[in-house]
Amino acid sequence: MNRLGELERAIMEVLWQSPDPMTVRQVGVCLTDRDLAHTTVMTVLDRLAKKGFVRRQRAGRAWRYRPAESREAYVAELMLTALDQTGDRQAALTRFARSVSGSEAHALRVALEALGGGDTSSRASGPGSGAGA
Amino acid sequence: MPTAVILLSAVAIGCVPAARLLASARWPRRSPAAAIALWQALGLSWGVATVGALAGIGATGLSRTVAGGTGADGPVLAGGRLAGVAAAAADQATRLMLGSGGGPVRSWSVLTGLRAACLVAGAALLAVLCWILIAAITAVLRARHRQRALLRLLAHGDPKVPGALVVDHPAAAAYCVPGLRSAIVISAGTLDLLDQAELAAVLAHERAHLRARHDLVLLPFTALLRAFRWSETARDANREVALLVEMLADDRARRLRPARELAMALLRVGAAGGGRAPVGALAAAGATVDCELAARVTRLLRPQPGLSVIAMALLGAVAAFLVIAPAAALLLPF
Repeated sequence: MNRLGELERAIMEVLWQSPDPMTVRQVGVCLTDRDLAHTTVMTVLDRLAKKGFVRRQRAGRAWRYRPAESREAYVAELMLTALDQTGDRQAALTRFARSVSGSEAHALRVALEALGGGDTSSRASGPGSGAGA
Repeated sequence: MPTAVILLSAVAIGCVPAARLLASARWPRRSPAAAIALWQALGLSWGVATVGALAGIGATGLSRTVAGGTGADGPVLAGGRLAGVAAAAADQATRLMLGSGGGPVRSWSVLTGLRAACLVAGAALLAVLCWILIAAITAVLRARHRQRALLRLLAHGDPKVPGALVVDHPAAAAYCVPGLRSAIVISAGTLDLLDQAELAAVLAHERAHLRARHDLVLLPFTALLRAFRWSETARDANREVALLVEMLADDRARRLRPARELAMALLRVGAAGGGRAPVGALAAAGATVDCELAARVTRLLRPQPGLSVIAMALLGAVAAFLVIAPAAALLLPF
């Protein structure tokens, strides 16, 4: 990942953690360990605003920035595209396997156990369970 | 009607039952690459033959009304002929609009109208086919751009899956974003679900997709489905090619990792989203489940021999005929 990309990410992290919109200076203060110039932070925030990840509003003489969406919303967007529950194949991504449900899923578990993956029940009820539906 | 137009019509109409046949055949699972080539030949052939046949019917009709039926047996789309047809059509239109000096335009019969409609339909189909391909490419590029932008903000690396990006989400998902700056994405749910060997098998499978640019194979079929959403044949073709592409990647991954690990990974990811099976379904399950996952797992665990040399040669001949015949009918004078 290039330096600019990494900065965008760090700045988004700062904004996501803040309950209120932040000025360029406030963002810079949160990233003091990186020793960033004020203009660098401003440039990156500007880029993020152009890409639509950040919204800005006037507050007195300074701009205040806030994330356009929560982190969870973006993750959900990624996963929704990835899991593609519409059943409409898109050539944009190629998926490893589509999760199935009901009797089909049960049959797969039976097959797993026959293969010697006997710990399926404990694994399947782990964090992965149900989330694909 | 000239031989060329008859041949084009026959190929155009014949492609649809041929696609049905191919979609229900069992042999493609033994040689996915050969089957994909046949699907591509079939798709290309259908497009060229349908556009050519419609244009041909319309063109012969219009030129006959003017030239009195002479010389209608030449090549359908030879340059001079096409210009002549255009001029004739313009002439017809002008005469129709001006009322031809008071006399009725007798040559503008119902049949000619139908032929003109065929010409228009051919041109429209050609435009639609070109447009959907461009639209599909644009949609794909935009979706990938969005994926990469989001991944840059959200994903992180993980030593368990070297070279892949991890997204913190509990659902089981593994996919790749193809392109010049490609990426393999694994969800945190998948990391929890699979062991190290299974993860390696998943990565091998995804790398096979990226290296062979399987997305480019899928693109025209996705585009076709976008345009002909109502068509069962388009849906069959799209689903079948997508499955064959997965099987190709499975075969590739199997060369690098034990087949059993890949099969286990498939089963675990497939079953992860299902939740609990309803009690009533339990009895019916276990026997025959004709889903794509089951087909892939069966192939991995009980590999069948590929097609024989003779069968491959036959398929090659069929594919070559499908591509060459409509093109020849359009371009060569008979």
